[in-house]
Amino acid sequence: MKFTIMINEGPYQHQSSDTALQFARSVLAQGHEIFRVFFYHDGVNNGTRLSVPPADDRLLQKEWSEFSKENNLDLVLCIAAAQRRGIMDESEAERQGLDANNIIEGFRISGLGQLIEGGIEADRTVVFGD
Amino acid sequence: MAMLHIVNKSPFEKVSFRSCLNHVKAGDSVLMIEDAAVGALDGTSFSEKLKTAMTNVSVYVLGGDLAARGLSEDRMIDGIKTVDYAGFVDLTVENETTQSWL
Amino acid sequence: MATKKFMFVNRKAPYGTVYALESLEVVLISAAFEQDVSLAFVDDGVYQITKGQDTKGIGQKNFSNTYKALGDYEIKKLYVEKESLEERGLTQDDLMDLVWEDEDDDWAEKPSIIMVNRSEMADVMAEQEVTLSF
Repeated sequence: MKFTIMINEGPYQHQSSDTALQFARSVLAQGHEIFRVFFYHDGVNNGTRLSVPPADDRLLQKEWSEFSKENNLDLVLCIAAAQRRGIMDESEAERQGLDANNIIEGFRISGLGQLIEGGIEADRTVVFGD
Repeated sequence: MAMLHIVNKSPFEKVSFRSCLNHVKAGDSVLMIEDAAVGALDGTSFSEKLKTAMTNVSVYVLGGDLAARGLSEDRMIDGIKTVDYAGFVDLTVENETTQSWL
Repeated sequence: MATKKFMFVNRKAPYGTVYALESLEVVLISAAFEQDVSLAFVDDGVYQITKGQDTKGIGQKNFSNTYKALGDYEIKKLYVEKESLEERGLTQDDLMDLVWEDEDDDWAEKPSIIMVNRSEMADVMAEQEVTLSF
């Protein structure tokens, strides 16, 4: 089966990102496919490369990034939510005249249409949030 | 179509779990994850509401979330089944749709 | 592209959190995909469509008028749960008059709000293929 996963909350603040990552790993381990992972609301904060948690704790953004790269996944941060929360890729930062970008590898920024498309194309859509 | 209802908030913190149970239909499944796992225990102010729902709905809890909160499976309401993340995936496959009560 | 039954479930009041505003943005985008879209207003979600919202005192943008535009985007199935209103001391009169124009009936204005009880809401939810919660 093909899955679309929606994540509505940022890392650490809520368990959603952890649960979704464990769920996503199981999806692939059981031979299913992930069509897209779509990050909305504070979920876009899962896409920053500037996080530095304590050394003995998990680094969620990096875990998502590696998971994405290892499995060639489509991890999408909603552009409207990202703009509100200051998550920028290089081209968006340039477009907005900002002096920095902060997105981590393995994610891309795109529109809400990607979420709707995800719902249409997948056999199952699962939402993680608060 | 059978639906998997996913609840993630404690029934003592928010109304989401209660609201979920107000909308389940016979043959549906309910999975407790994250803080909602505390709802699996027998002898709480929520137990009767959940037991009533269990007469025609299957109820599951993510074992890891129960253990994380220091709660052992032998204290659960009879009939609640424990699953791991693989079981979580299976539940989403077996039910035609999912709804998350946030 | 396939047509699926999409339901957007709204259970939170506006302004205290961003969910009401950002979920509305998803709904508007969904209109471009010609899917069979329904909205559900349950629990505190009913506050999203109350009349007379005035946000000047709290410094936030009042986005309630956007719900009035949904009809223009062919989003015309707004299920509102009766018990949720009653528990909150509200009636349908407290809600905005949300309508759509039926081009097959000489552009007659028809109500988009469909009042349902809890059990009917459960039935509607059970028919959906994709359910998004915020």
